[in-house]
Amino acid sequence: MSQGLFSADMGQVWALIGAALATFLAGSGSAIGVGMGGRAAAGVLTEKPELFAKVLILQLLPGTQGIYGLLVAFVTLGKIGVLGGTAPTLQQGLLYFAACLPIGVAGLISAIHQGKASAASISLLAKRPDSFGRAMLLPAMVETYAILALLVSILTVSSL
Amino acid sequence: MAKDYIYEVARIRVKEGSLLTRAQLKQLIALPDIRSALAQLADWGWGNPDEPLEAERMLAAESAKTWELIDELLRDDDSLSLLKLTRDYQNIKAAIKQIYTNTKLPPERLYVSGGRIAAEEIRRAIREQDYEIFPEAMAAAAREAAELLAETGDGQLCDAVLDKAALTELIREGKEAKDPALQEYAALTAAQANVMIALRAAAGGKNREEILNMLAPDGELNIHTLAQAAMEGREAVADYLRFTQYSSLSDSLMESMVSFERSCEDLLLSRMREQKSEVFTIGPLVAYVVVRQNEIKSVRMLLTEKQNHLPESVMRERLREMYV
Repeated sequence: MSQGLFSADMGQVWALIGAALATFLAGSGSAIGVGMGGRAAAGVLTEKPELFAKVLILQLLPGTQGIYGLLVAFVTLGKIGVLGGTAPTLQQGLLYFAACLPIGVAGLISAIHQGKASAASISLLAKRPDSFGRAMLLPAMVETYAILALLVSILTVSSL
Repeated sequence: MAKDYIYEVARIRVKEGSLLTRAQLKQLIALPDIRSALAQLADWGWGNPDEPLEAERMLAAESAKTWELIDELLRDDDSLSLLKLTRDYQNIKAAIKQIYTNTKLPPERLYVSGGRIAAEEIRRAIREQDYEIFPEAMAAAAREAAELLAETGDGQLCDAVLDKAALTELIREGKEAKDPALQEYAALTAAQANVMIALRAAAGGKNREEILNMLAPDGELNIHTLAQAAMEGREAVADYLRFTQYSSLSDSLMESMVSFERSCEDLLLSRMREQKSEVFTIGPLVAYVVVRQNEIKSVRMLLTEKQNHLPESVMRERLREMYV
């Protein structure tokens, strides 16, 4: 089995697994994070529907990781002979796979934690509706690490 | 994966915005009479708009609102049932006294809402001596208290049996509770009640064995030491508290029982404040119920003081800490 996975014609498969992981892990993290934010938002909107626009922004903050994962996957697919480019060798395929991991893993973890921070910020907004700026800034800090992972993934995939 | 309470906590955070502040309580104190205080409370959304402005009705309505919200939020989740325990015992006490002494007070003055068992059902069970609707320990205590009152006519004995049973269950359920806020609430409530029961019993001339028999075991305080200290006086109990986890309550007990009671409430409130940063656990819901109960108690005290025309300075002095 392992010999099969590492045979010379498996480069495209490895690259595809990388693209799938970037989409799946980062997307799952975003789904969990946005879900958390959504539940907190629903709690606040039950009592204060006028806060809809503000809580919606906070709820959507953890959704960006899923978009980053998708972006890396598209660039990868465009270079490995699926949407364009040519099928990579085994070594190149493994490199694509490794390049997709940062946004996959960091996207998953950061989106879940950003969801928690968003839910907490929505609770803050519930008590102090005038604190939107501060409430938004706190979960946005988590985004930094997703952006760093995106940079590493996208630069690596682009340079291959 | 442990259950989280994100939606419920977010709703509670909105509700916390309408809790009374210390400034609002001071505003109430400054009003000339109880009518204007009730009108001000009604302006802040207290009571039911359809009901006449009457203190007890307004307070009962506020208590009912709290429990309706909690029941709506938690539906079949009985995680907060510990907070309802003492309300059932309070209703059992009221039902026994109403039935065995033919009290003519209206039900809203006797019974409280938010128990595990509906007050009406408790009254029926006591009247028909159908104790099977209660859990085992509650049934035994209700039967014993009813029989004692029927035989002796001594309401204090009846109260003592039910108080001990309520506190014993509270301690047990507190130890079994998963949430730290519930554990804190149960432990501190039981400790405060045990100290007050011991001191009142000692002041009423009870001996050490009798006091010991009235105290709920297995709590944070050693009831043998507490009973002995109570026999020696308030200072001895304060000295004993100094060596327990409730050492911060010692000085207030030295001062007076009223001061001790206030310090206990303030301590509980400070522990509940720790829940302000929680987003996922049931802790903020526990804190909200405790804070609302304290708030209603503070308003009740203030309205009573107003009714009795106490000077503003005295009311300010008795003012409790508030959550917001």
